[in-house]
Amino acid sequence: MTETKAYHDVGGDDFGPVPMIDGEYQLWEKRVDAMMRLLSSPDVALMRVDELRRGIETLGEAAYNAEPYYGKWARSLAKIMVEKGVLTQDELEARIAALRAERGLAE
Amino acid sequence: MTAVQFGVGDRVTVRDLTAETGLSGHMRAPVYCRGHSGEVERLCGVFGNPETLAYGGDGSPPQPLYRVRFRQAEVWPDYVGPAADTIEIEIYQHWLKAATP
Repeated sequence: MTETKAYHDVGGDDFGPVPMIDGEYQLWEKRVDAMMRLLSSPDVALMRVDELRRGIETLGEAAYNAEPYYGKWARSLAKIMVEKGVLTQDELEARIAALRAERGLAE
Repeated sequence: MTAVQFGVGDRVTVRDLTAETGLSGHMRAPVYCRGHSGEVERLCGVFGNPETLAYGGDGSPPQPLYRVRFRQAEVWPDYVGPAADTIEIEIYQHWLKAATP
């Protein structure tokens, strides 16, 4: 048995009872889901579910633990699109900065 | 295509490919089941290997995927539930070897 376990390999860790949360998906969550479906559709074929998962597993422990479910998806999608040259990191950051400014959000 | 090596009811042990080969990165067998033995419950199908698909590879050769049934008490030494409780985990063939009797 290996003693070293990746931070995303949490089976058996003690998190206590599973919190049961009622509620609807937020618009941004639906958009992230739609983006994954679009990017992985046969016509587009820019993304595979296995790449999504690998991207999630390499977000780093802090982001992995901090992000909600679709936050992990969004970060992984961005990461893999940059990796494949569909987007550049600069384009991504410029767009995030522009949206923050537009909405009056802090840096 | 990789030949289907195990049948329903066969006893199998989950390999630890990290220890055996130094494999790291995207791996499809959680640490908690490695080294434990269970019984093949069904063959789920034969699929592209997700461990290469995850890096832009073509997933070849495709790997048989099995649903393996373990006794909870085998997987979790301090398990306090009924002895008959089981857990089923879907595991690709390259993570499995025949269990030694």
